[in-house]
Amino acid sequence: MSDDNTDVIQGTLDMLILKTLSLEPMHGFGIARRVEQISRGVFKVNPGSLLTALQRLERAGWLDSEWRKTENSRRAKFYALTRAGKKQLEVETADWTRRVGAIARLLREGA
Amino acid sequence: MSLWRQLTHGIRGLALRGKKTDEADEEVRHYFEEAQAALMARGFSAEEARRVAQVEFGNQTIAEEQVRSFGWENAIRTLLTDLRFGARQLRTHPGFAAVAVLTLALGIGASTAIFSAVNPILFKPLPYPYPNRILMIWSTYLGARSELAFGTFQELAQRGRSFEAMAIFEPWQPAITGAAQPERLEGQSVSAGFFRALGVTPFLGRDFQSSDEAFNGPRVVLLSDSLWHRAFHGDPNILGGSIKLGDDNYTVIGVMGRDFKDVLAPTAEIWTPTHYDPRQVVNGFNTWEWGNHLHVVGRIKPGQSRSQAVEELAAIARNPWPQFPRPRWASLQHGLIVDSLQDDIAHTVKPALIAVLGAVILLLAIAWVNVVNLVLARGLQRRGEFAVRGALGASRRRVIRQLVTENLMLAALGGIAGIAVAAACLRAIIALSPAGLPRVDAMAIDPAAFLFALAVTTLVGIGAGLIPAIHISRSELQTGLQQNSRRASGGPALTRRALVSIEVALALILLVSAGLLLRSMERLLAVDPGFTPSNLLTLQVQTFGHQFDDTTAAPGPGATRRRQFFEQALDAVRQTPGVDQAAFTSLLPLSDDLPVDALYGAQFEDQTGDAGFNVFRYAVSPRYCQTMGISLLSGRFLDERDSSSAQRAALISQSLARSHFGNASPLGKRLHVGPRDRPWYTIVGVVGDVKQTSLSIDQSDAVYLPTRQTWFADEALSFVIRTRGEPAALVASVKSAIWSVDNNQPIVRVITMERMRDAGEAERRFVLVLFEAFAVLALLLAAVGMYGVLSGSVTERTREIGVRAALGASRRDILRLILRDGIRLTAIGIVIGLCVAFVAVRAISTLLYGTSPLDPIAWIGVVLMLAGVSVVACWEPAWRASRVNPAITLRSE
Repeated sequence: MSDDNTDVIQGTLDMLILKTLSLEPMHGFGIARRVEQISRGVFKVNPGSLLTALQRLERAGWLDSEWRKTENSRRAKFYALTRAGKKQLEVETADWTRRVGAIARLLREGA
Repeated sequence: MSLWRQLTHGIRGLALRGKKTDEADEEVRHYFEEAQAALMARGFSAEEARRVAQVEFGNQTIAEEQVRSFGWENAIRTLLTDLRFGARQLRTHPGFAAVAVLTLALGIGASTAIFSAVNPILFKPLPYPYPNRILMIWSTYLGARSELAFGTFQELAQRGRSFEAMAIFEPWQPAITGAAQPERLEGQSVSAGFFRALGVTPFLGRDFQSSDEAFNGPRVVLLSDSLWHRAFHGDPNILGGSIKLGDDNYTVIGVMGRDFKDVLAPTAEIWTPTHYDPRQVVNGFNTWEWGNHLHVVGRIKPGQSRSQAVEELAAIARNPWPQFPRPRWASLQHGLIVDSLQDDIAHTVKPALIAVLGAVILLLAIAWVNVVNLVLARGLQRRGEFAVRGALGASRRRVIRQLVTENLMLAALGGIAGIAVAAACLRAIIALSPAGLPRVDAMAIDPAAFLFALAVTTLVGIGAGLIPAIHISRSELQTGLQQNSRRASGGPALTRRALVSIEVALALILLVSAGLLLRSMERLLAVDPGFTPSNLLTLQVQTFGHQFDDTTAAPGPGATRRRQFFEQALDAVRQTPGVDQAAFTSLLPLSDDLPVDALYGAQFEDQTGDAGFNVFRYAVSPRYCQTMGISLLSGRFLDERDSSSAQRAALISQSLARSHFGNASPLGKRLHVGPRDRPWYTIVGVVGDVKQTSLSIDQSDAVYLPTRQTWFADEALSFVIRTRGEPAALVASVKSAIWSVDNNQPIVRVITMERMRDAGEAERRFVLVLFEAFAVLALLLAAVGMYGVLSGSVTERTREIGVRAALGASRRDILRLILRDGIRLTAIGIVIGLCVAFVAVRAISTLLYGTSPLDPIAWIGVVLMLAGVSVVACWEPAWRASRVNPAITLRSE
């Protein structure tokens, strides 16, 4: 756990969730752990924000949810990407790549 | 799609509230359990894992709260909670709730009722297509609207290019016969373009066409839906059938639709075409076609602007053409007055309506101030509650939101009760409404009124919630719990005191206005009409039937028979027991007899050309002036000697004598009244001036002629009967006396002169009654507000008063202390009120009669009344303060 971990950048949480879920259905803590692991601890997810975001995405029609048993046989709410969610992920990824590219170019030009 | 999910999820969240919350909590719990498990898997003990998870992921409860409060349905849930809480608050404080709701109901109800009454007259479009294209066209006489002659109408209609249709109309009151007693219908005689000018067509049958209005044209009528149903049971076969009006048969050519409203004659039920003779217009001026007694309405062509039409008419008035000759009384030299139909029907009542609207807004403001005061007082009592909320973490926003919700609920209750109050008030307003008030049939608590009530309710609710909210500062949320919370806090108390002063000021404006109107009414009823109205019964007898027709120029045998009937009827009336004197007249002062029908051009022998006077022509029986009590200033009254064969005799009024003869005697001089091709009338006497059309109007030039010597016999004459006892008691016997001569002649408008005089001021009285009601309510509300504030202040100052008493202040001193406090608030309010009222009364100055807007009696009276009422309102709290027992108060600290 490094000290310079960051709160998830405003507006990217949705994309991170969608990306994480594109691999397999997961419950809330699983998503948080995966985000943390893959970002090597750079992003830390607040449970309140994460679970609220999940509800919002579900209402937007990008996620489906289902109560299931976990591998250690606890009851948990699993989220899965819907077709609309997949499309949304593509849109957001493309958008993100475009922005990051633009910022990178700007930084290069400046240097 | 997304919106649909929002909706369904939200509704499910609302419906399955418990399940939803449980699920959210379980999910959060699971999250923390997993986190703990993960930590334990890395070697932490259970206890350590819980603590680390707590540090890393924050408080589980806060996370639960955060997740739970997601979604729009939670805003509704908060609202419902607030509403439930508010309802409980109101239930546990029924006194506060009742006073507040009642006050709001009065304010909202009164203003909604007035709005519903004023809206159709001033704002709501008239029920015609493109109503703003409809114009009314008047001649100008003494700067005011005046009727036009047929000749003038013809010129305007033929020269004007901006109009799609232009029409004349005048009242028509045919008697429908065949029933047991003859009934008089209200109707209009209109030219063919009338309904086209309004933009309506008959529901059944056809509209009038130009062949209908030709001279000696066919007798046809259009019926209103109500008359069609009342008299003909809605039978469609009536089309082409004939009905008998008077002695003539009229063909029914059509029926107007049920939703047709004739705003120009709201009571009209039957319409017939006018039959003027266009050839008479150029033949000479002594004809019916040149009498100024017609109203003109026109509809502008699409694409033409109103200003173009007005400009065109003005140009026509300015530039006479030789092919359209004009007599002196229709010269149009003062131009025309042109106004949209809506403004035209409203123009006489508009100042009064605006004043009443202003008054009711003042009343609403006072009611609102009172409720704010009540809410503030409640807020003081609830400071502890707000402090607890603050301590438990409620934000200021959250508390304000709750307060506004509560007050909106209060306002909504007031609004609902207000609609009931408005419906009752509107019914009263319609019942009280003077005859001249237009569009009464369109006054209703309609959607516009509901919208108005809703807007007022919302404003009042938000306003009443925000003002107390301002006083809940963050610090107060925190310090309110402390023991010294009993100390009077400066903010709200000061606001409440300021509000009471404002209330007094507003009430003063209303009271002064009401006082001025009351003084005007007193002055008006004290005006000497020039005759004695007490013990005077009046009624109008109309004659109809072919027995009175003349085939040759008047006066023929028909006119003779008409005169005979009236004279026999008068003899019968004179012999009725209880009758002291009786007479008849063609024109009854202060009645609704159309003054235009009685205005004639008079020319004295030494006047030539266009010189002359416009005078009221009275055709009277002998003893008319004696019966009315009109004084004789010189010469003699008219009497039996002035028969049809005698020299023509006339009385003139004092004002007419003065303006033409100055101090010289007019006796023996001669004049014409109306046509100049008739014999001269010789002046035999001068009588006192009489108020002719209204107590408030000085328009007194009059000429009295014997009925036997007039050039035509009037069809309707008013009987005036001086009785020995109560005049109303003689109605039945007088009627049967007249019908003993001929029981086919309708008797209408039976009314004592005193009632007639009062009815003539109905419009003024109407405004006065409304202002008085509002002023009394305002005074009451101000007194309640004053009482509430002083009462609260005494409760808050109990400790201070106890200390004063302990230090030796007598009961008298304390009584004086509190009274002085109340009087100071009143005095500030009075001073503010006086300043504002000084400007505000200008708005009602046109409604005043013989009273200066600064009438000292009204102003001083109102100030004294307010001061008196405020002392009464302060007395109870002051007395209570003086009874404070210092020992008990101080011990309780």
